Amino acid sequence: MDSTLNKVMNDFPILNQKVNDERLVYLDNAATAQRPNQVIKALTHFYQTDNANVHRGVHTLAERATADYEAARRKVQKFINAPEPEEVIFTKGCTDGLNLVASTYGEANISAGDEIVISIMEHHSNLIPWQQLANRKGATLKYIHLTDDGELDLDEAAQLITDKTKIVAVAHASNVMGTVNPIKQLAKLAHQHGAVFVGDGAQAVPHMAVDVQDLDVDFYAFSGHKMMGPTGIGILYGKRKLLEAMPPYQYGGEMIGFVHEQSSTWAEIPYKFEAGTQNIAGAVGLGAAVDYLTGIGMDAVHEHEQQLVNYLLPKMEAIDGVQVYGPQDPAKHTGVIAFNLENLHPHDVATALDMEGVAVRAGHHCAQPLMAYLGLTATARASFYLYNTQADADRLLVAIQETKEFFNHGSRKTK
Amino acid sequence: MGLERLNSLYREVILDHSDHPHHKHALPDATHKITLKNPTCGDVINLDIDLDDHDKIKDIGFTGDGCTISQSSASMMTDAVMGKSKEQALHMAKTFSDMVMGKKHPQADLDELQDAAILSNVMTFPARIKCATLSWWALQRALLKQPDGNVDSDDSDKGE
Repeated sequence: MDSTLNKVMNDFPILNQKVNDERLVYLDNAATAQRPNQVIKALTHFYQTDNANVHRGVHTLAERATADYEAARRKVQKFINAPEPEEVIFTKGCTDGLNLVASTYGEANISAGDEIVISIMEHHSNLIPWQQLANRKGATLKYIHLTDDGELDLDEAAQLITDKTKIVAVAHASNVMGTVNPIKQLAKLAHQHGAVFVGDGAQAVPHMAVDVQDLDVDFYAFSGHKMMGPTGIGILYGKRKLLEAMPPYQYGGEMIGFVHEQSSTWAEIPYKFEAGTQNIAGAVGLGAAVDYLTGIGMDAVHEHEQQLVNYLLPKMEAIDGVQVYGPQDPAKHTGVIAFNLENLHPHDVATALDMEGVAVRAGHHCAQPLMAYLGLTATARASFYLYNTQADADRLLVAIQETKEFFNHGSRKTK
Repeated sequence: MGLERLNSLYREVILDHSDHPHHKHALPDATHKITLKNPTCGDVINLDIDLDDHDKIKDIGFTGDGCTISQSSASMMTDAVMGKSKEQALHMAKTFSDMVMGKKHPQADLDELQDAAILSNVMTFPARIKCATLSWWALQRALLKQPDGNVDSDDSDKGE
């Protein structure tokens, strides 16, 4: 696998540097991915040649910028197999998309006594919008918990989702546990009870082929920056019928039909949800990231990451004192690996790994209810992407060993 | 570079304090109490301070969870301020937070911090400065009777 990979790595200038005198091993991809030259060039090209505001100019640059922006929308549409480009809304990111659904669909459709079902492994961005919506409306927020192996308890899900349920919102892939959730099955369950299903695709879309029609999700949100696009751009997919019935999210330019002194009408979708000047260059950059991923193929990306996990996970679990969270079976584990070293705080671990040039995350990963449920305050987390290699996995393993030894003996004996 | 540089952060004295923290217990009848969190990493400190009638720190204790740096810093802080007046303790808190930000202070001020002065090295690990300051922030806020809360958040935890 590493022959293809070495080529891929060359597309990422940021990876070609030393950190603390060691070759950088970037394993914080679940937080944000790095950008290939192709994306950086697309941004530069847009600003150097086509930049103008979209949809409202008659001059040539405005036409070009509009064409670039709408081309990016169609690229994303194809990438997630959405039926129509109008169902693909540009947002600031995944958080923005989820808030949009809670503030518009949720606001219009949730009343006192209704129930919203999410899972205990949700990132705060797919938790707080529903929690606050439920609080505003006097609705009840219910949680699907986990099996011992860190997977969703589907028996509990079947109990929780009832005719009272109006919204089910679950992550497609966990940003902590490394689990992929059966959202197609959950969406079906939601539909059987007349509820809509909202998918958080932040940790899925960058790493696997996603087909929103096959999943039959009603809404699906994700971020550009985790799939090598720019920051500040994301996507909300929604079914046309739902989007058309929803009130706008924000008011202002671009989202209007006619504005009178005392009333207004709204633009058609997707523009109804794109108030104000959008992140046009961000959309163009996201389009370039989609091209890049499509060029490699999502099945190849997934296969590569799976091979890394197959290689790494058993070796990590074999290190005495290392606790890996989530599924222990590599085949069920994505490239997101949360772990702890016995008797060591993950912040100390992350600092030590950084001294070895290995960038990992430490903290609660914006999933405090999950941490509380697992009885943890924090974990370290290594997360892989298509440009990571087996050599990177080896560097992590060595750095973990050295960290362990340092804190067990190292400084004690030398001082 | 490897882990050699870590020796400057995890000095023996720091590891000793985190392994065997001093004054790590609650004081149920303390005159000043605070709970402070570092939302970045979930570290939490509950600090209890008992002032006597002359505003002198008669007793101090802490509980909570945190990394090596935050635990040892709390332990060293309690050693340093025990028996000090409220004003002295507040001055020491200021000295400490200046020190870890790299600002100069007279040697006498630093000496007053006792073991805690060793944490000046933390300034070369910017991501860890807040771990070291959490307990000193708690001290300052408790003495000023400010409410429980979070240390000022930064951007390091926004990326999920």
